[in-house]
Amino acid sequence: MPAERTLPNTEAEDLIALAREIAREELAPVAGEFEQAHRFPREQFRLLGKSGLLGLPYPERWGGGDVPYEVYLQALEEIASAWMSVGVGMSVHTMSCFALAYYGTEQQRDRWLPDMLSGQLLGAYALSEPHAGSDAAALTTRAEPDGEHYVVNGTKAWITHGGEADYYTTMVRTDPDGSKGISCLLVDAGTDGLSAAPPEQKMGMTASTTAQLVFSDARVERERLIGDEGSGLRIALDSLASGRLGIAACSVGLAQAALDEAVAYATQRTQFGTPIIDFQGIEFLLADMAAAVESSRATYLEAARRKDRGLPFGRQASIAKLVATDSAMKVTTDAVQVLGGAGYTRDFPVERYMREAKVPQIFEGTNQIQRMVIARELRRG
Amino acid sequence: MTNIVVLVKQVPDTYSERKLTETDHTLDRESADAVLDEINERAVEEALKIKEAGEGEVTVLCVGPDRATDAIRKALSMGADKAVHVSDEALHGSDLVATSRVIAAAIGKLDSVDLVIAGNEASDGRGGAVPAVVAELLGLPQLTHAHHLAVEGSTVKVDRETADEGITHLEANLPALVSVTEKINEPRYPSFKGIMAAKKKPVETYTVADLGIDAGEVGLTNAWSAVQSASPKPPRQAGERVEDDGEGGTKIAEYLVGQKLV
Repeated sequence: MPAERTLPNTEAEDLIALAREIAREELAPVAGEFEQAHRFPREQFRLLGKSGLLGLPYPERWGGGDVPYEVYLQALEEIASAWMSVGVGMSVHTMSCFALAYYGTEQQRDRWLPDMLSGQLLGAYALSEPHAGSDAAALTTRAEPDGEHYVVNGTKAWITHGGEADYYTTMVRTDPDGSKGISCLLVDAGTDGLSAAPPEQKMGMTASTTAQLVFSDARVERERLIGDEGSGLRIALDSLASGRLGIAACSVGLAQAALDEAVAYATQRTQFGTPIIDFQGIEFLLADMAAAVESSRATYLEAARRKDRGLPFGRQASIAKLVATDSAMKVTTDAVQVLGGAGYTRDFPVERYMREAKVPQIFEGTNQIQRMVIARELRRG
Repeated sequence: MTNIVVLVKQVPDTYSERKLTETDHTLDRESADAVLDEINERAVEEALKIKEAGEGEVTVLCVGPDRATDAIRKALSMGADKAVHVSDEALHGSDLVATSRVIAAAIGKLDSVDLVIAGNEASDGRGGAVPAVVAELLGLPQLTHAHHLAVEGSTVKVDRETADEGITHLEANLPALVSVTEKINEPRYPSFKGIMAAKKKPVETYTVADLGIDAGEVGLTNAWSAVQSASPKPPRQAGERVEDDGEGGTKIAEYLVGQKLV
């Protein structure tokens, strides 16, 4: 059953209809096959770009859709409900545009943003390093000025689209001074001295590439510095606050897909002469799953509406990410339970959903970090 | 400059369960999601390709209730330039003859139409005769069941494909009417830019009276045929099983010959 949504206008309704149509006809039919083959869906991203879905929450002036987060996130949720790897990719791409869109100069935006927002160029976001995960400010990838260039050395880790992206919004150290010495570079994937390590072997989201990026005397033009030197950590955290809403929306989409699959199965599967959905043990499970999906959706939408109105939304974004990803883990696990032995096989997609639900509890700030963000605000009062 | 009119229809989504109403056995429009018929997306696509290859204007024409504006917007968001929507309570339950007369009258309201493109049949009623009837009423050559279409100067050429007659190559002078099959093309998706642009495109709305048609000539009570009852398709029978004891190939061939499939 498609999610019932209240949308602000007919453009938003038509946008959601478009996202649903692409999800249903182009993504869902091939998702399982691509995941099994560990095949990156570049063509599918091209279609999303052509359809205007890769720059939705950015200004029309540079080719964006100029839609509020409230609407963008629901389109994203529809995509993720058909294919989590593509949903997360759309969210990551959108986040990778954030630094340039909000901190770039007019000239920088004119030069690069249109190709990014149209999806001609696929983006990635490079903050983490092998020894700087939750403690992002500990990053050590060094960028030394050299004439018109920075010479960059170091290793970035856990990069979604690593080796597949056309550019990397990369946080580097331009000064040894802790959190104040970090800067943001928009690095072209074709930069000499930049290479991607072999992709990580993951538990799920196997069609989405995750890899380390190795900078070895990579020369990046100084005009690719986004914002001032030293403002990188602020840009990174700012990007993440919005990115977390994307992950929350993707997780709700994934949980919705698992719920739909479980309801369909429970309706047709008969035991003791009765469809199993009529047993209280199953119907209560399904009802709890629906409650988790819909309350998670309401939570991310509330955070999005605050953002759209220019209100502080950091705490709400962290709550949405925490609630939605934990819900998705529970809902997908319960979906496997509803399908019983069938759910544990690859004949049905729910075991894949369950594997895919794990990583959103970890990336874009682990759920322990989200709790720290929430608690910090509580402490401040 | 080719002025193209594309006939479009809003139908229940084939992904959802489709049924007739209990009371008058007309389509239960509330029970299913309504979408632009897929065959019409192909008709719009074909019109847009002609327009993009040269010069032209694409008008979509829809006869349907108020909510059919959603289907019209879809066609406009794909790239059609403007729309005509005939909406009138009196039209409820109209048969394909009355519907065709309304369509023909609405086309008559437009200036210099060169080409009318329709789907060969809608996925709900499946009468499949509207394009031919409209062509007759307008006195246009009809080139139906096209799986290929080309406009060259003032002529239109199509490859016509029907189930048992092979492929016929047809040619006519413009203005003409063409109906297309689902093999004609793969329709494009709208883009969000197209969705935004669609809002600003003109949609002209007519009642049957605006078209000079009396309400007493259309609608269910004036239809030449009416559905008396409807029952769901019987469940599919199990297929015939051929055991391969060395003669499997022969048995399958014999079966196919028996069914006149080879």
